[in-house]
Amino acid sequence: MLVDERHWMTGEEFNAQLGLCQFLPGPNVINLAVVVGKRYQGLLGAIVAPFGLLAGPLVVVLLLALIYDRYGSQPLAQGMLRGIAAAGCGLLFATAWRMGGAIKDKPAFLPFTVLVVAAIAWLRWPMPVVMLCGLLLSGGVAYWKLGRK
Amino acid sequence: MIALQLFLEFALLSGVAFGGATALLPEMHRVVVENYHWLDNTTFTNLYAIAQAAPGPNVLVVTLIGWEIAGLTGALATTAAMCLPMSILIYLLIDRWESFAGKRWQKAVSLGVSPLAVGLIFSGATLIAQAAAFGWGAWLLVATTLVANLRSKLHPLWFIAAGAALGLLGLI
Repeated sequence: MLVDERHWMTGEEFNAQLGLCQFLPGPNVINLAVVVGKRYQGLLGAIVAPFGLLAGPLVVVLLLALIYDRYGSQPLAQGMLRGIAAAGCGLLFATAWRMGGAIKDKPAFLPFTVLVVAAIAWLRWPMPVVMLCGLLLSGGVAYWKLGRK
Repeated sequence: MIALQLFLEFALLSGVAFGGATALLPEMHRVVVENYHWLDNTTFTNLYAIAQAAPGPNVLVVTLIGWEIAGLTGALATTAAMCLPMSILIYLLIDRWESFAGKRWQKAVSLGVSPLAVGLIFSGATLIAQAAAFGWGAWLLVATTLVANLRSKLHPLWFIAAGAALGLLGLI
């Protein structure tokens, strides 16, 4: 919409901003809306853009929650949700696989992926601590590698 | 005051959500199901499924979690907690960040983050499988979705729809 319909920004600008927002913590699309909103309308834009993006889906999701509270315990609904969860789980594995494949220096960085999985999925350590240590170690290796080039 | 507690817990999480809301699934489960016992495993996976099927950004799973725990206030508390802190920080820092573009430490951080995000998303997938106690039918669907999604250009919603249909038939 931003690029193709309104020509507010070029495809390259969009990709650069999206790249930045995907790398920062927090919901990517909201971050992107803040950045784009600020760029075009300052503070007002940065407030309005994420609200506009969220308002509709938020109402839909709350309606779904109401329906779930009413009928969620029915066997049919339970079955359907289990099916969706399984498909969603497959999509998550696929995303992880694709993102893992895109990492450039695999021997150096995939060990950190394994460490995160061990700490989070298996040992169930608190994520803020794991991410802080992970970022220091993984970022440190990246810093060192960049210096050697 | 459960809404306030929700806000604080989720605000803390938003600061480490590298890889977006899906990367947070294991930690949200740890906090909401294991630590506070606000929700059980089944409800947690059901909410994840609803958020998957719903239109809009996947961050809305936190809205659903807040809703089930503390109604509308809860839903608003978790949603605001997830979106506000980083939005404010980004608003304040974006210009400065752009002037750092190309610096060695900035490149190092962006390189270092992605392997961690991959690990988080992989953990999220295993967590859903565990919490939902998948049987062989479900695992078959997981594997089929994984392979088909990697090999074809089908829109993800088709897999969600197929999962819903198979689930309705009682196969999952």
